[in-house]
Amino acid sequence: MAAQGATASRSGLRSALPLLLPAYLWLTVAIFLPLSAMVFFSFMTDLPLSGKPWALTLGNYAAFFSQSLYPTLLWASLRLGLEVTLWCIVIGYPAAYVLAKVLKGRSREAIFLLVILPFWSNGLVRIFSWAMVLREGGILDTALNAVLPFKISIDLMYSYPAVIIGLVHSYVPYMVLTCYLTLQAIDDSLIEAGRSLGASRLQMLKRVIIPLSMPGLVAGAALIFVPVVGSFMEPRILGGRTGTFYGTVIEDQFVAVFNWPLGAALSFILLAVVLVILASAAPVLRKAA
Amino acid sequence: MATTRILEWLGRLYIWLLLAFLYLPIIIMALMSFNVSPFYQLPFEWTTEWYAALWQNEQLISATRNSLEIAIITTIICVVLGSAASLALFRYDFRGKKFLQALLFPPIAIPWLITGTAMLIFFFGVGIGRGLFAILLGHVALALPYVIVVVSARLQTFAPELEEAARSLGANQWQVTRRVTLPWIMPGVIAGGLFAFAVSFDQFVVSYFLSTPGQTTLPVEIYAAIRKGFTPEINAVSTIIIVVSMALMLLTARFFKFGGEK
Repeated sequence: MAAQGATASRSGLRSALPLLLPAYLWLTVAIFLPLSAMVFFSFMTDLPLSGKPWALTLGNYAAFFSQSLYPTLLWASLRLGLEVTLWCIVIGYPAAYVLAKVLKGRSREAIFLLVILPFWSNGLVRIFSWAMVLREGGILDTALNAVLPFKISIDLMYSYPAVIIGLVHSYVPYMVLTCYLTLQAIDDSLIEAGRSLGASRLQMLKRVIIPLSMPGLVAGAALIFVPVVGSFMEPRILGGRTGTFYGTVIEDQFVAVFNWPLGAALSFILLAVVLVILASAAPVLRKAA
Repeated sequence: MATTRILEWLGRLYIWLLLAFLYLPIIIMALMSFNVSPFYQLPFEWTTEWYAALWQNEQLISATRNSLEIAIITTIICVVLGSAASLALFRYDFRGKKFLQALLFPPIAIPWLITGTAMLIFFFGVGIGRGLFAILLGHVALALPYVIVVVSARLQTFAPELEEAARSLGANQWQVTRRVTLPWIMPGVIAGGLFAFAVSFDQFVVSYFLSTPGQTTLPVEIYAAIRKGFTPEINAVSTIIIVVSMALMLLTARFFKFGGEK
């Protein structure tokens, strides 16, 4: 894309290489080789480093398919990803619409910045902050009891809803950002034209606005779904004992059980699932580009 | 139209509700870091003892130092390597360029859990092992694609004719880069650097798998503390982190309007 042919006169890989090599070498050593090593490792019986004998095996993958625990957890994580993504759409899309089409000028700029500001702040800390709100005797509990005439006890901490709330809070800015970018690109005169031809607000939304902003929705959904399926810190902190998901099981293999080959196989299966999802989202995105 | 006005008013209200959802937990966490009760009990009584306690916490201080050092080194390496790569991708045409650009997305798109565990396996296998050096290797790789994307976006607004003009006036390649191209892309480079700092400073997952008990970063130390139980000290250090990272992001926004014209 960049400057097609503008400087093509001095084109060539030979001039580009010295500038490119350091960056791509680093990516190779720290990302691409590790990913390949993980694939290789997932077919081993044991760590090759500990001096113990090792052999190639399909056992780690057999373990995934033979024990119903792992597919069940993968399914639970996929469902979690789906639920969080849906909530992010429900909450984020209207916000993106208001930002793109209702607010104007400086107030739009300021609020847009406020919405996406948390998105680069520390995710761990933001998850932790929900513990202050959701625990029994926490803010939500205290506030509701102050307002309501009867005594209720809200203790959402260490529950499935707590995990959902924390994850939606973490990821909803992605959805606002991607939808805002596509909604903003829709020409206002298009909406006016449709309205003057007698389309109702709902018809405009269904026939024009949502279809045109589909790439933003899909991009946001992919950006949210993928990391949520691989999340482990959020379920650990907010889910407690109910927070066992596919990600936490992978974490366990590496930091608690020390079955690295199994962990590698589980990671690779997750990677395969992720790649399938990204690949199926790609056509919609490419059409937009 | 009356309906339009009502709908707009509802829209604004909705945005404020969303902002409340996004910020209230953080504000409450910050308030609790100034509360006397170690069990977060109300009524609220002001104190700064938890912040004072942070200065006595050797582990947290050394983890903070590690985090800052790694983030600064990551930023410097990423800015240099990333700007060079962006310039090459902008200036030259060659076979496989599209492929190289596509290679930037896996590090961003693949969940950090997978990247982190893969790095752990590989670094162990080749003898680098865990520790601060491994964390630095990982952070640079994670932040580099962001820097290349941000600087490349800035380069899109650059007119290559300027380089041609400078060259025709007798400037050599290095002079052209230093006097013409670099000043133009500087906002992108600064924004990319701030991004890199944020990616590194806030990074938890990859650091978590690559750290050892003595060689760890602040988020990993906080995670360990959270799992032992909540204390106002965690609130205090968390509040500091969130203020620092939001300030950084505001700074980034000043230099780089998210791909827009400035």
